[in-house]
Amino acid sequence: MTSRSAALTVAWRLSSFRSEGFPLIPMSILGLLLFAAIFANVLAPHDPEVGSLGERFRPPFWQQGGSEKFILGSDHLGRDVLSRLIFGARVSIVVGFTAVLFAGVVGTGLGILSGYLGGWVDQVIMRVTDAWLAIPALTYAIFLAAVVGPSEMNIVIILGLVYWTRYARVIRGEVLSLKERDFVRLAIVAGCSKRTIMKRHILPNVLNSAIVLGTLMLGVVVVTEAALSFLGVGVPPPKPAWGLMLADGKKGLMAGYWWLTVLPGCCIMLMVLSANLLGDWLRVKLDPQLRQL
Amino acid sequence: MKRFILKRVGYALISLVLLSVTIFLFVRVTGDPAVLLVEPGASQADIDAIRRQFGLDRPLWVQYGHFAMSLLRGDLGHSFYYRMPVLELYLSRLPNSLLLAAAAMAFSLVIGIPTGIIAAVRVNRWWDSAGKVFALLGLSLPSFWVGLLLILFFSVYLGWLPSSGSGSAAHVVMPAFALGWYFAAAHMRLTRSSMLDVLGSEYVKLARLKGLPEALVIGKHAFKNALIPVLTLAGINLVIMVNVAVVVETVFAWPGVGRLLAEGIAFRDFPVVQATVILGGFMIVIVNLLVDVLYAVIDPRIRLER
Repeated sequence: MTSRSAALTVAWRLSSFRSEGFPLIPMSILGLLLFAAIFANVLAPHDPEVGSLGERFRPPFWQQGGSEKFILGSDHLGRDVLSRLIFGARVSIVVGFTAVLFAGVVGTGLGILSGYLGGWVDQVIMRVTDAWLAIPALTYAIFLAAVVGPSEMNIVIILGLVYWTRYARVIRGEVLSLKERDFVRLAIVAGCSKRTIMKRHILPNVLNSAIVLGTLMLGVVVVTEAALSFLGVGVPPPKPAWGLMLADGKKGLMAGYWWLTVLPGCCIMLMVLSANLLGDWLRVKLDPQLRQL
Repeated sequence: MKRFILKRVGYALISLVLLSVTIFLFVRVTGDPAVLLVEPGASQADIDAIRRQFGLDRPLWVQYGHFAMSLLRGDLGHSFYYRMPVLELYLSRLPNSLLLAAAAMAFSLVIGIPTGIIAAVRVNRWWDSAGKVFALLGLSLPSFWVGLLLILFFSVYLGWLPSSGSGSAAHVVMPAFALGWYFAAAHMRLTRSSMLDVLGSEYVKLARLKGLPEALVIGKHAFKNALIPVLTLAGINLVIMVNVAVVVETVFAWPGVGRLLAEGIAFRDFPVVQATVILGGFMIVIVNLLVDVLYAVIDPRIRLER
């Protein structure tokens, strides 16, 4: 008993100590990106999809040849880079969040079913999950995208189909320990149906883990979407997606048009980095092992 | 032991069947596979001919039987663009991919293992924090962007390295760095945690009690054992590298299987796309199986589980 309470005290100290470091910078970056995504129409100085060829490859304003008209320069079709970056945030956030949500709903649902029902349901779901995990995610996503053709909706479905397994594994593990707990047993004694128990007693208790996992997955999903767009099977042009901008930027790379490569990449990096830092912080904050105090 | 291996082989087979079924179904559910199997711009008569030739007018399970049988025979179709069997094409590109993956692996281990060990020995000190930042950056920067930045810096501004293609040692440097970057971070994290485990073990304590100098304890006793999980992961990662290299190979125009996949997409060369994904999945399933079995041979506790 004493050793257990000592361990709990240590865990509590650890959790409060570590969670003091509220991830202010990552949160503000994500907030800023969210803000840009919502108010893209108002914030963007130009139309992101229309440019004039007479004004292509203009450098950012502080460089020789740059002007206030294109603050961060223009691309190979004379489109404003800043406007495309702002609208690109919308694409990344919409695709990222919906894909994570889709994968999360499918994965969490199957994880709960698998963990709570056990038996052959568990066997089937887990075998499928194992098999799915053995398939390389990126190539698989590329294949699916190549078959269905590029569109934002398709990307969301594909990313969801590829990444649900990560949730199913983790959630199932948690449900296995949850279902041995007293409140679940009491619910069984009280005559709750399996459905009610899964919905009312199990689901709320695994949501924390699903949220942590979702935050960490956001980074993975954003990078995969960028990679797919970069390869030409993601978001179709002329839509402004960061990965697509990188693919276009490659055309001007050898001529030294650095802003077309550096800037969209910075946006991807900031978003992924913020999501990872936030996810790490949430994990400490919401970790069920530390929370059971 | 026999039972364990049989079970694992069974799981691997399930994985392979599932892989082929999903690929098979996805192509058929989302549209007309005949359109994907004829060359772009083919006439309606060509499409009908293909439909008959591949039996696409027959029930799904008959079609799947055909599909699976031709896979088993190693017949993965014909490339429209290169006018040769896809398997031959794939095998001709594979050495390039392996060369790139080997170089990237060497780089990731040379960076990952020493930094991981230093981070473990100097846990929670300056080095450890620097290592954490490095690991975070490694996992957050998309490899293709790292590749583009390398080109910008070393090819465009400095003119030191060729920006694309293959043929000389200088061509390998940047793609290997871009590809190995992520894995260097992963190897560093694993080396650190594995080294910490070993340093807390009884025999390391004994070595210290004997009065051995710290360098010898770490270099001779801890190092070798800490390396086992890292090298296992490296083995799996080598195969994963071949499969995720598609974006890096596109950036550097490196003629490996990843580039083949990207070309397949660009030229609407569907048999190439399908075959690359199937072979990639096949390789990963086999390697996972080998690792599982190898682990069971080394560590009896694993084969008694389940």
